[in-house]
Amino acid sequence: MNLEQDQAEQTIDEIVASLGDTVGETRVENPKMSATGVDVFYADKQAIYGVDLDIANNEVIAMIGPSGCGKSTLLRCLNRMNDTIPICRVTGELTLDGEDIYNKDTDPVLLRARVGMVFQKPNPFPKSIYENVAYGPRLHGLSRNKADLDDIVVTSLRKAGIYNEVKDRLDAPGTGLSGGQQQRLCIARTIACSPEVILMDEPCSALDPIATAKIEELIDELRENYAIAIVTHSMQQAARVSQRTAYFHLGKLVEVGDTDTIFTNPSHELTENYITGRFG
Amino acid sequence: MNQESQQPSSRGSATELVRAGLKRRYAREKRFRLYGLTAIFGSLAFLAVLIISITVRGLPAFQQTFIQLDVTLDAGTLGLTDNPDNAALLKANYNGVIKKALLASFPDVKKRNDKKALYKLMSKGAQYDLQRKLIADPELIGQSKTYWLPAGDDANGYMKGIVDTTLPEKKRRFKDNQIAWVETLKSEKRIAQRFNKTFFERGDSREPEMAGIRGALFGSILTLFVTLMLSFPVAVAAAIYLEEFAPKNKWTDLIEVNINNLAAVPSIVFGLLGLAVFINFFHLPRSAPLVGGLVLSLMTLPTIIISSRAALKSVPPSIRDAALGLGASRLQVVFHHVLPLALPGILTGTIIGMAQALGETAPLLMIGMVAFIVDVPTSLTDPATVLPVQIFQWADLPEKGFVERTSAAIMVLLAFLIAMNAFAVMLRRKFERKW
Ligand SMILES: Nc1ncnc2c1ncn2[C@@H]1O[C@H](COP(=O)(O)OP(=O)(O)OP(=O)(O)O)[C@@H](O)[C@H]1O
Ligand SMILES: [Mg+2]
Repeated sequence: MNLEQDQAEQTIDEIVASLGDTVGETRVENPKMSATGVDVFYADKQAIYGVDLDIANNEVIAMIGPSGCGKSTLLRCLNRMNDTIPICRVTGELTLDGEDIYNKDTDPVLLRARVGMVFQKPNPFPKSIYENVAYGPRLHGLSRNKADLDDIVVTSLRKAGIYNEVKDRLDAPGTGLSGGQQQRLCIARTIACSPEVILMDEPCSALDPIATAKIEELIDELRENYAIAIVTHSMQQAARVSQRTAYFHLGKLVEVGDTDTIFTNPSHELTENYITGRFG
Repeated sequence: MNQESQQPSSRGSATELVRAGLKRRYAREKRFRLYGLTAIFGSLAFLAVLIISITVRGLPAFQQTFIQLDVTLDAGTLGLTDNPDNAALLKANYNGVIKKALLASFPDVKKRNDKKALYKLMSKGAQYDLQRKLIADPELIGQSKTYWLPAGDDANGYMKGIVDTTLPEKKRRFKDNQIAWVETLKSEKRIAQRFNKTFFERGDSREPEMAGIRGALFGSILTLFVTLMLSFPVAVAAAIYLEEFAPKNKWTDLIEVNINNLAAVPSIVFGLLGLAVFINFFHLPRSAPLVGGLVLSLMTLPTIIISSRAALKSVPPSIRDAALGLGASRLQVVFHHVLPLALPGILTGTIIGMAQALGETAPLLMIGMVAFIVDVPTSLTDPATVLPVQIFQWADLPEKGFVERTSAAIMVLLAFLIAMNAFAVMLRRKFERKW
């Protein structure tokens, strides 16, 4: 209560400072990716404040928090999609397999081949379904011949759980599919590049419950082979698909921990307010 | 209870209000559609008037009157010796043999003035026709043959019914005796209208019967070729750089402002610039399609850049994100995804720019493409003129043949334009993806 009253008078930086250190264990054993003291600025405005967080192999980490708290910003730092925003500046350390990804030597093109991304709005290319999936492998030279490529396309579509729906019309335009199918096509497209990490920014926000359920199922299966970070606004979804959950508030990582613990017994007052729907 | 009864009644009155307003709204919509239709039909009517008047005036130019003459190419009259060389053949007196043939056809004509009038039935171009035939086949010397040779401008006009014979003789150029001769020829079926091949085979000439559009058409094609080859790649590259790669700062803002201003600069200024830079400084040849193309490129560049940027901007950013997210480099994003999607728009802009360039006259006058040029240009540095300049020149001339040729040249220009647009539409169809 006290906290909310104060907010009106304090500057954001002061509020952020008052949030204190992150509650819970930010580190895991053998992290796939890890962030240490990451600050992100859009021009002069700071969007992320000193975030420490690990992303583990074979695990889904959910990022939740009120709108504008910087979930997408952090996610986009993980494959340097923020490079496309000229005013965006990232400091701190972000590593993939222990190597700094903002290092001068790191090629963002290679990084994005290893860290794939699925966007909020399905965005298939205006090409055929086949071409959509084949684009990545072709780009990176992952196939030696046509049969190889066909194989990658079919496997990816299968893994994305959409193969049966589109197997008769691989030459049809990808944009002609339903929203849910398009999103699964985008997932197939991402998988086709054989990434090690998959980032998903509200992948189900444009989908109906049935399509959402399918994608959640898919995420659960993908976990076996990939490290996955997913941003979501749905508590239920976070609870269903993730093993760990991170709660952000005003650009700060407030609490992180096992999903079960966070949803049943949150430690921080803000996390509890958000999860129980009293805030956000 | 009270509240409940109020609710529907207020609701009812709102419906009433909406209904009352409906009529006015529909009326307004109807009126607006009427305005639109009027505007469209109005402009269509003007277009129809324009095209019909041009066609009516220009069509006769595609027909040319020819007169059949029995010509003896005797060496004496031609002033040729035995085994003449080419130079001698070029200078031979073809006029003489034609005059002889005419006098042979009308043996009654004796007076000097009448003879002169008789000679005027033929075009001066008739000599050139004979000259060409003789050079192609010198064996013809000494032989008698019947040839169809082009008639003069007045005889041609008379055959097409343009000469007003109700006027008193003094007031017209085509005199009564000439009319009588033509009528005689007509009754003997020795004068006829034929398709005017000359118009498509020759360059400009002082004689309307000999004047053709080929020189100007080829001049236009060569000039536009240079314009397209220079402005399209440069403009598209500039647009891609500015839109996809350049940082947004005051320099790029300045460039943008300048491009927009350039698009609005009167074209004659580009002509002056071309004169000063390309001709006076770089000493490129005057009147050449190369220089014309360079000048027109300056003019079309901003148009293509602006429309290409608009087309690139309209490609949804989500496509760029998708490709980048898969690990495409920025160049690959542009060339694999953004450019193909923007191409229809870019082509539209290009065709607008090229159409402008095709119709441009003023800047070309500045660089000497207004000169009187008889030869059909075959290379980028040959002196040439272009269609609109040719139209401008012919429109100034009083001869009937040039009046109709002016309209015919406009028809050729329009046909060229339509062909160019059709090609662009075809290309656009090919690249356009509605999905
Ligand atoms: N391109 C940008 N330029 C400037 N500021 C930005 C930009 N993108 C995001 N921001 C700012 O950064 C902050 C974090 O934005 P971000 O998109 O990461 O939030 P989010 O948590 O993903 O929100 P949502 O749940 O609504 O998607 C916001 O205050 C936003 O205004
Ligand atoms: Mg977001």
